[in-house]
Amino acid sequence: MSGPIHIRPDETFTLNVGPQHPATHGVLRVKMEMDGEYIVKAETVLGYIHRMHELMGENRTYPQVLPNLSRLDYLGALGYTHGHVLAVERAAGIEVPERAEYIRAITVELNRIASHLFWFGAFVMDLGGFTPLMYAIEDREYILDMLEAVTGSRLTYCYYRFGGLYNDVDDDFIAAAKAFIPRMRKSLKKYDALVTGNIIFRKRLEDIGPISAEMCRKYGATGPVARGAGIDFDVRKNEPYSVYPEFDFDVPVYHECDSLARYKVRMDEMEQSLRIVEQGLEKLPDGPIMPKKAPKLIKPPAGDYYQAVETARGSFGIRIVSDGTKNAYRFKLRSPTYSNMSLFDEACEGMMIMDALAMMGSLDLVIPEIDR
Amino acid sequence: MGAYFSEIFLGLKSLFIGLGITFKEFFKPVVTVAYPYQTIKMSERYRGHIELIEDEEGNPKCVVCGMCERGCPSGCISLASESVEYEVEVKGEMKTKKKKVLTKYDLNFTTCSLCGQCVESCNFGAIKFSKEYNLASSRKEDFHFDLLNRLKERNS
Repeated sequence: MSGPIHIRPDETFTLNVGPQHPATHGVLRVKMEMDGEYIVKAETVLGYIHRMHELMGENRTYPQVLPNLSRLDYLGALGYTHGHVLAVERAAGIEVPERAEYIRAITVELNRIASHLFWFGAFVMDLGGFTPLMYAIEDREYILDMLEAVTGSRLTYCYYRFGGLYNDVDDDFIAAAKAFIPRMRKSLKKYDALVTGNIIFRKRLEDIGPISAEMCRKYGATGPVARGAGIDFDVRKNEPYSVYPEFDFDVPVYHECDSLARYKVRMDEMEQSLRIVEQGLEKLPDGPIMPKKAPKLIKPPAGDYYQAVETARGSFGIRIVSDGTKNAYRFKLRSPTYSNMSLFDEACEGMMIMDALAMMGSLDLVIPEIDR
Repeated sequence: MGAYFSEIFLGLKSLFIGLGITFKEFFKPVVTVAYPYQTIKMSERYRGHIELIEDEEGNPKCVVCGMCERGCPSGCISLASESVEYEVEVKGEMKTKKKKVLTKYDLNFTTCSLCGQCVESCNFGAIKFSKEYNLASSRKEDFHFDLLNRLKERNS
């Protein structure tokens, strides 16, 4: 159990976790000052895979940046491209057909489930259980197959276009998605029995890794991290975009502030995403997927535009400052994991290293998205 | 003391629930394939590297407008052309006209991000995605494709 301990500063040593370490889920380095097994101070060092996505957004035309956005987060890529197309569509005043909006919502939610599934497997593996990862990957594979049949790629999708979509979904996709929903509901019950009820799992997470609502507000944490701390904020509900007001879904909120609360939020979110997919497939209207007058050359009028979307990891914001040319003057991304990671330094002080790594896993980190 | 024994009981219970689930999974059919010997069917919209499409005479449909080259975010397509004079009959008179003919279509697949902008921007339907995914090599020269040459090899 972690708790207040008496630290003797002359007996501490420095431990480097990462940059290449299975516990860090990517190229992340955490410099930890340790007193035995307890963390005195932790310092996150970022920038090992910085790829200048923001600058690339400034010296390329708007359509040319499209594939970049899905490279930010390879697990929940569609949410990020969704933010980009919404921002540019609003800036340039492009109408989107209703069918395209519905397909976007369905595919984004499927991608969210895939992302949470992989997080679930990786998180349990962080705690020492390997089998749930295999089960989660098997379920995720169904989603990837569906999305591959529609978008043409498995992870780094480039599917949305300004004004609509690259191509339409076919009947096979709709049938596969309809068959997937009951299967996933059954799997969620299996995970509940296998992992959530497991006594070792609960003892590792309950009342450990506290992240309070106050700390979330201080560092700007969003998504499941904030919802696990009792903050009822979801961009889909609070600042609705696309066709989300049409759907009936709940935002799971837990007030325990521990690692288990964040786990529960994500498990409940998968269920809610399934509900959205179910309703989306029912309501899916016929019609075109691209507007009749889709502009080939996109030149948004000069101005400052901001669009936030709810991705699997939290609120993703994109700010475009346009000067009326075909390139953005300023292209700024606000990625959720960056804020979620920045509270780690404060939150893990005085914790045992194994608990701190479990807490790091519960933050759902994807490092390329921090070092964009 | 009671808490101690109840904890042992709870631990054993959750252990057997977990074992039961993994035991059930054991009898399910395998979902994996033995890759080099077995392969799965590629989806219709799979995006591999691009390939030129030929017309009826076996020549590339490409008219060297350069839209793919300009649309590519990574700049991995390079084209070259030469203008050829040819004669056409217009109202009974023979006239010489010039047209561009593709002489080089190189794809640098090492930097391609498979976004599909080139195929989308082509107004003449001259390029398509191939279904090749078994691309592995330790030499980067293997990923500089000469698509014109590949088209000729396909035809011969």
